[in-house]
Amino acid sequence: MAKLDSTLKNMILSLLFISMGMSAALGFVYNLTKDPIAAANKAKEVNAVKDVLPPFNNDPTTEVRNIDNLAFYPATMDGKPIGCAVKTYTEKGYSGRFDLMVGFLPDGKINNIVVLEQKETPGLGTKMKEPKFKNQFNSLDISSLQNKELKVKKDGGSIDAISAATISSRAFCDGVQKAYNLYMKNFIPGNPEVRDTLMTKGGKR
Amino acid sequence: MEIIGIIILALLVNNVVLAQFLGICPFLGVSQKVSTSIGMGAAVVFVMALANLVTYLIQYFILIPLHIEFMQTITFIFIIAFLVQVVEIILKKAAPSLYQALGIYLPLITTNCAVLGIAILAVQKNYTLVESVIYASAIAVGFTLALILMAGIREQMENTGYPSGMKGFPISLIIAGLLSLAFMGFAGLV
Amino acid sequence: MSQLKYFTNGLFKENPSLVLVLGTCPTLAVTTAAINGIGMGAATTFVLVFSNLLIAALKNLIPNKVRIAAFIVIIATFVTIVDLVMKAFTPDLYATLGIFIPLIVVNCIILGRAEAFAQKSNVIPAILDGLGMGIGFTLAITLMGSIREILGNGSIFNIKLVAEDANTILIFILPPGAFITYGYLIAIMNRMKKRYNI
Repeated sequence: MAKLDSTLKNMILSLLFISMGMSAALGFVYNLTKDPIAAANKAKEVNAVKDVLPPFNNDPTTEVRNIDNLAFYPATMDGKPIGCAVKTYTEKGYSGRFDLMVGFLPDGKINNIVVLEQKETPGLGTKMKEPKFKNQFNSLDISSLQNKELKVKKDGGSIDAISAATISSRAFCDGVQKAYNLYMKNFIPGNPEVRDTLMTKGGKR
Repeated sequence: MEIIGIIILALLVNNVVLAQFLGICPFLGVSQKVSTSIGMGAAVVFVMALANLVTYLIQYFILIPLHIEFMQTITFIFIIAFLVQVVEIILKKAAPSLYQALGIYLPLITTNCAVLGIAILAVQKNYTLVESVIYASAIAVGFTLALILMAGIREQMENTGYPSGMKGFPISLIIAGLLSLAFMGFAGLV
Repeated sequence: MSQLKYFTNGLFKENPSLVLVLGTCPTLAVTTAAINGIGMGAATTFVLVFSNLLIAALKNLIPNKVRIAAFIVIIATFVTIVDLVMKAFTPDLYATLGIFIPLIVVNCIILGRAEAFAQKSNVIPAILDGLGMGIGFTLAITLMGSIREILGNGSIFNIKLVAEDANTILIFILPPGAFITYGYLIAIMNRMKKRYNI
């Protein structure tokens, strides 16, 4: 078959034909991968929550509440609250924003933290994923700190920064602090303001 | 404040070429002379700001309402190619002098991966329309800055001796490496 | 088997990364670890092979004046397919390669092969060419990823080669290291081509 001439009709028909064929192929693959993608995302969320909290038996991803851009995943064991995982973020990282999942126990102590998405410098900022840095926060009670503020030692606080990655370490503290402040404000019972919010907004997502 | 932060981050800290590795081809290809790199830079600023404006509208008024976000790549690249053509035609008619200055750089921009990359990044970062356009402009100015710095150094290199095996790409890449090292000093500015 | 030359061409003599110096962006950006090189290389190879195949098969149906537009549509489709498949089945790798998966669309290697080779050839040579170029690209960026990972992180494919807290030459996994490693690799390649007259 000879090559088609570049007449207007041929050009439009050819492009139309190719676009239709390609869109059909794309739609097909999209439908094929839609469920696995959703499942992969959900698994990631659930695993992160599991990593930062003691064992629970509800499904926190269905009870998630969003407050000020942070997501709160309340976890219960046989109906009894055992903590809350908070998906938090900071924009102060070396390469901008990164996301953390922080697990709080009902008394406000940190249980564990995992780093979700980050673009920090490999080998420097990424060391925040390693236990040496991260485990400093485990069972830490922020309310016992001066001004209830998390700070690296360089800024007069108590956290050992990652060497050569003070910015990432500061940002990490910033993200955790953000989660802590909102968690205390909204989830710790006994705070009358909280009870009201929970009563009025609790059912809504 | 947030806007200033976006600008400084985009311009210096996360310089598109030296830290994010987008638009390397034109960076290495069009950086022989300072004068041409200014022309290329201006064309990129123009197209990038425009591209982010249009892709923003497409993303939020067509792709998301129709739930076809997965068509993002294909629509964006098409829009950018189309936009470059339109800009070329309009400039030729409306501003011949500007066209004279920028014309030869315009077709090269379609293959500048920074344009597509930044359009996608702006969507990923959930920027508003204004933020997105400012972000793109700052990124493009950062690109121009890197290009001009590179061209300035390469003009000087013509009078310098270095091993023949390093001629062309290798020496350019090593200069880029040193520039990138210098730009790392801007980290933590915001 | 004379068709084999289409395949071997891209491996060394016209290696897209090290000789033609195409696709520089992913070469520099994703090579902080050797495994990323393999992931990126595999994704690019897939797109190259299938876009070459389809373009060679449809070449007579595409009028000359709209060929670039048609190529872009075809390439972008395969890129989106890779994107969706990786998101579904290798979410961790997808997270590391990030923005550079959709950017395979503007990887000059693919459009370059479509324009310079696939649109003039038959289906079989086009597939072989895509495969050769893709594997050449994969080898080059995996090599570069290995060098950067060994020097910068003291490990290869995530296997530690040095003590856990040993100091490594960090600069190699930072952006400047990418430029410098790439520069020296091309210089070595130039030298080898001259020495062995390839």
